[in-house]
Amino acid sequence: MKRVMETKEVAGQSPNYLLAKFQGLVDWAVNASRANSLWPMPFGTACCAIEFMATAASRYDFARFGMERQAFSPRQADVLICAGRLPFKLAPVIRRIYDQMPQPKWVISMGACASTGGIFDNYAMVQGIDTVVPVDVYVPGCPPRPEGLLYGVLLLHKKIRGESLFDAVPRREEQPLDARGLRLSPETIDEISEPFGNSVHQFRST
Amino acid sequence: MNASVDALRATFGTAIGRAVESCGDTIVYVARERLLEVLRWLRDSPEQGYDYLVDVTAVEYRDRERPLEVVYNLRALGRRSELRVKVELDPRGELAVDSVVPLWRGADWLEREVFDMFGITFQGHPDLRRILMWETYAEGYPLRKDFPLRGRFSRAEQVRQALNANPEVHYSMEELSIAEAYHELPPDMRERIRRGEPGTPPDSE
Repeated sequence: MKRVMETKEVAGQSPNYLLAKFQGLVDWAVNASRANSLWPMPFGTACCAIEFMATAASRYDFARFGMERQAFSPRQADVLICAGRLPFKLAPVIRRIYDQMPQPKWVISMGACASTGGIFDNYAMVQGIDTVVPVDVYVPGCPPRPEGLLYGVLLLHKKIRGESLFDAVPRREEQPLDARGLRLSPETIDEISEPFGNSVHQFRST
Repeated sequence: MNASVDALRATFGTAIGRAVESCGDTIVYVARERLLEVLRWLRDSPEQGYDYLVDVTAVEYRDRERPLEVVYNLRALGRRSELRVKVELDPRGELAVDSVVPLWRGADWLEREVFDMFGITFQGHPDLRRILMWETYAEGYPLRKDFPLRGRFSRAEQVRQALNANPEVHYSMEELSIAEAYHELPPDMRERIRRGEPGTPPDSE
């Protein structure tokens, strides 16, 4: 009974037990197919890309999790893996790649630099790629070990398995940039780009 | 001390400033007006033969009174000898020095990088524009001491400018006709392209 109530909540519209069961089955099938055949679009800009390559190579081999084919074209990719720091010069590039990927799509931010700017708290570096594209999984580390990236991929699997096609809230729709050409409000970007940790003590003139 | 210093003094006299030795390298200061002449002599005279320009870079010191320095690392491949030539520029005056692209074609991108990072103009450079930062970068010259570490604009403004940038405007002039980003270029670059200036090759050699 508890399960029915939960399903009803997720399904939103239907109190029907059979229908909810059917929707659950469809969700399971769709999500299992999506999660187990994630084609990554590698966006490797720094040392994280080396760990990414190690993850793809024979010892760690993320082909075991259905990521056999790396899509070097965004049109055939499911998950964008930003491995490495993102300079402002590449921000429009990763945004365009993200926009070119078909739905459903996910983003993994691999490593400290992609997630927060890392040690590069300077004039040239985006302080976290979530100011440019929405991110699903952040993998910490500098760079993360292949196990770390694999764990991030498995977390993404878990997240995908929790999605529902029949959710009243449309989760999978394009999130274009707003009229200002931003993804987040300027205040939010300034807030999440604030220096933290050691870089608080860095000298900043004017 | 590198023997080339004495030869330079004998040939150019007062155009050669002080010479110091640091960590086994000889550094010689040259007057800005005669830099090209001195470097040409160092390259062409048979007993010098500094035929390889290793690097062009610049230094600004924290002491605001000290002049900026443009640094030329030369190497004589035949003699296995190295010489570092420096030119001092007064930060209060015009930051300009003659381009050495007519002597070493490889100086093209090196000088563009110095221009990009320090704002030093190289007179006679065939295609002087930013190389690391993008063409429309408006925050100044990042390696200057008065440049704040995180840039002059707020992070939000930096992200906004970056996301509104068209990646194609970073293409080289030759590729621009394909990229069709002509109208988003800065006016001075449009003017250069309109004049049909694809980056003229240096005249020597």
